[in-house]
Amino acid sequence: MEDQDAFRGEVRQWLEAHCPPEMREPVRDESDLCWGGREPAFKNDAQRAWLEANAARGWTVPEWPREYGGGGLDPDQARILREEKTRIGARAPLTSFGISMLGPALLRYGTEAQKKRFLPEIARGEIRWCQGYSEPNAGSDLASLQTRCEDKGDHWLVNGQKVWTSYADKADWIFCLVRTDPAAPKHQGISFLLFDMRTPGVTTRPIRLISGASPFCETFFDDVAVPKDQVVGEVNRGWDVAKYLLGHEREMISAMGLAGRRETLGEGLGAALSDDPVLRARVARFDVDYLAFQALSERMRDEFNSGRAHPAAPSMMKYAGTELNKRRHELAVAAGGADALEWESERSRGGKAARDWLRSKGNSIEGGTSEIQLGIVAKHILRLPGA
Amino acid sequence: MTLMLDADQEMLRDTARSFMAENGSISAQLRHWRDRDCPDGFGHELWKSFGEMGFNSILVPEAEGGLGLGHVEAGIVMEEIGRNLTPSPFLVSAIAFTEAVKGTAVGSRWLPGIMAGGTVAAVAIDEESRHRPDSIGLRAERFGNGFRLSGTKTFVVQGGSADVFLVAAQADDGLALFAVEKEADGLEVDPVRLADSSMAARLNLDGVEIDADAMVSGAGEGQSRFERLLDAGRSAAASELIGIGSAALDMTTTYLGQRRQFGRLIGEFQALQHRAAHLYSELEIARSAVLKAQMMLDSSDEQASLMVSVAKAKAGSAATLAVQEGVQMHGGIGMTDEHDIGLYMKRDRVLNAWLGDPDFHADRVARLSGY
Repeated sequence: MEDQDAFRGEVRQWLEAHCPPEMREPVRDESDLCWGGREPAFKNDAQRAWLEANAARGWTVPEWPREYGGGGLDPDQARILREEKTRIGARAPLTSFGISMLGPALLRYGTEAQKKRFLPEIARGEIRWCQGYSEPNAGSDLASLQTRCEDKGDHWLVNGQKVWTSYADKADWIFCLVRTDPAAPKHQGISFLLFDMRTPGVTTRPIRLISGASPFCETFFDDVAVPKDQVVGEVNRGWDVAKYLLGHEREMISAMGLAGRRETLGEGLGAALSDDPVLRARVARFDVDYLAFQALSERMRDEFNSGRAHPAAPSMMKYAGTELNKRRHELAVAAGGADALEWESERSRGGKAARDWLRSKGNSIEGGTSEIQLGIVAKHILRLPGA
Repeated sequence: MTLMLDADQEMLRDTARSFMAENGSISAQLRHWRDRDCPDGFGHELWKSFGEMGFNSILVPEAEGGLGLGHVEAGIVMEEIGRNLTPSPFLVSAIAFTEAVKGTAVGSRWLPGIMAGGTVAAVAIDEESRHRPDSIGLRAERFGNGFRLSGTKTFVVQGGSADVFLVAAQADDGLALFAVEKEADGLEVDPVRLADSSMAARLNLDGVEIDADAMVSGAGEGQSRFERLLDAGRSAAASELIGIGSAALDMTTTYLGQRRQFGRLIGEFQALQHRAAHLYSELEIARSAVLKAQMMLDSSDEQASLMVSVAKAKAGSAATLAVQEGVQMHGGIGMTDEHDIGLYMKRDRVLNAWLGDPDFHADRVARLSGY
């Protein structure tokens, strides 16, 4: 306990010295996020300084081992660091698919050489990663992916196409699912491959959504040569690595539905509802469901922390949370009336309500569709036959 | 606040679960009393064993001879009652009535009998078809040293079996609660069987005279005790609804894994799989809301009453979905009296209506949230 108090004191001092006031304000939009990378686009000096200070201590990834660039903290220390950062409202210094997805996969499946090569750069925010999974013909049925990866002796040769690659046009490297054995059953011929987006033959094209510009891209591979040692895990066993990562992704998406919401929808809409009893009733029912779902999130968090949650519970959370989020946006845009339908005006803040409403439709599709999640619950929790 | 049961609560759950399954089963209790047209609609021996098990002492403070536990524990027992459709006065006597009178002289008089599983106490609140606790019209006029009560009450659950009624009335200085004994002059009790075969009653009070000490507490306290009664009753009913919904889901998934048509188990059909998975999700959400509301009541959280409305509304609609899907997915046999699933549907309906259905509580959540 005394050690913990000492550590907490040390953390507080460090935060006072190194966390700029700008980094204590809530993230308001995309530009407030710090992605790092070879050519980072810092919003201001404070953002850069905050990243550098954390990177120096490995506190972008506090619980990763020191030898890989992490902070080497134990769970109690990591919790204390989290609490102290929360106390002053400190932002995460780095947002990164390397941290949230690739890092855990490397720690679990990577060779020593791969961990030493890739993890420290992720921890320092020096390399920005994107994820190459879905293809035009492989969405829900991801394992049917076709991007070919041929063994050319001293290198791999990649040909094919990915879609829905977030920030591919800004990323430095990609972690990619490729088919290394077309003859094997589909789950047994996939490998998890890492390569530089600057490799000749890699091109990207942004995808515009119904809500406007998006970070999603199509990514094309045209005779892309990749060094042999850049497969994570065993060749043809990449599906295991992918499954390991998918669990993390689902929790991320489900959590986003509730982040920072203090007031109920109705409290926020207030006056717009006073003359509209039918709309008010719809909002009231939504608020019941929203407050109840909040209780579920809290309970699941507690159950996860104590190791008692069902492993398939994230699927239930993702399904319920994303459908609820879509309902929220439907009601918000209904309450907003014609004003909310202005696509680019100042009054509508650049069409925020309408764009958010449209973007929310993707929540029940990305990261595993609602239908896929229901199937998982049916099979793994309810144990229904033939699921 | 950790939204999980602790070790003691899990033990209580295991005890209550096996007790209700062994002693409170549908065939031994609900069907048994229904098919005999029993005027009480429940077994007095079972009520006595509730007392012996200590269930009826859960909400009674230790200083008054009870276990001094809380709404989470009460909910644990209620859920098993729901799972087995066990008829008893537990909800109205050991929870609603008890919560309102504990710590008062009325409590000292009646709680020992309830704890022993001998006395039945009912609560008389509603006056019209739909629950409108803000529109209590029954009047309590000062009369000599006491009061004179006039008005009507409806949906008084277990009213025909009650030894005493807790009547919500408008006194000169606001809402007050009064204990009226069954033999009181001017009190007419008109029992009526409800759709779930439970017994309720309509009351007519025609100048019923009662002593001053029949008023549950001091002037001005009536409203807060009334609200505590409502919160306790609603959260307990919400737990019973979770039990009903869970049992309906279990029966249904079992059936999906047994029934064969078109050369396969019907549980293989994706449409049914998806509906069952959606239902599971709704019940888990409801269960969480109920537990949270009960924990907030137990910790006297300011926002507890709002969360109780969330719980009653969500448990009500989730259980309703469960029983509707239950009957539908069982096909023809689900429509027979012989099958149990229809009994769950009927109990769900009645319990939803008690102390405010999902529409009532959605409106209450809105009002409490300022819109």
